Amino acid sequence: MKYAIQVNASPNNSTTGYSAYQFIKTALQMNHEVFRVFFYQEGIYHAFKYATPPEDELQMKKKWTELANEYRVDLVVCISAAQRRGLLCDDEAKRQGKLDQDLAEGFRISGLGQLLEAALLADRFIEFG
Amino acid sequence: MKKFLFILRNPPHQGIQLQEKLDVILTTAAFDQKVALLFLDDGVFQLKKNQQPEKQGLKDTASIFNALEIYDVHDLFTEVESLQQRGLKPSDLTLPAKEFYRKDINDLMQQYDVVM
Repeated sequence: MKYAIQVNASPNNSTTGYSAYQFIKTALQMNHEVFRVFFYQEGIYHAFKYATPPEDELQMKKKWTELANEYRVDLVVCISAAQRRGLLCDDEAKRQGKLDQDLAEGFRISGLGQLLEAALLADRFIEFG
Repeated sequence: MKKFLFILRNPPHQGIQLQEKLDVILTTAAFDQKVALLFLDDGVFQLKKNQQPEKQGLKDTASIFNALEIYDVHDLFTEVESLQQRGLKPSDLTLPAKEFYRKDINDLMQQYDVVM
């Protein structure tokens, strides 16, 4: 089965983001295809490079990066939702005169067209949050 | 082309949530997909007449729903029970929405490829 996932929940306000992660990882382990995860609304908080929770807490950003490296899942962060919340990619950070970009490894920034494409290509589209 | 049903069940001026949802709806419609909206629970307030969100520094989202017609989005649905529980009548809404009883909502959803 070919899945596309949308994550709208932040890592800290609920366990919804972690549920999404668990679902995706399990699906991949069972040889399903999860070809894109689209982070929208508060979900973009999963992609902040400098998020550094205490070591004994859940490291969501790290988990996503590892997932992207291991399974080549396309992790896409919505550009308008990201900029609204202060998450800038390389180009945009330069344009705004910032010293560094904020996007964690394994994620990329793109537009809502990527969400729509994912919903169109998938057998199943699932929204978390 | 797929058929998309967007479920709106939150009140209109809860931060920017609705605005972000509307961005997805308009993008989907702009890509020539079949789009329908279903207003459930507190979501029925999104179509309530005489909102004044500017006073809270928020955008007038009700007027964006009026613009949906330009994008060929004509299928607006709502739930009888949701309206009744909130003391709303169809005439309180800015746009005409087709009413469904709760028992029929499941069948309605089944008609769509993607429910968002």
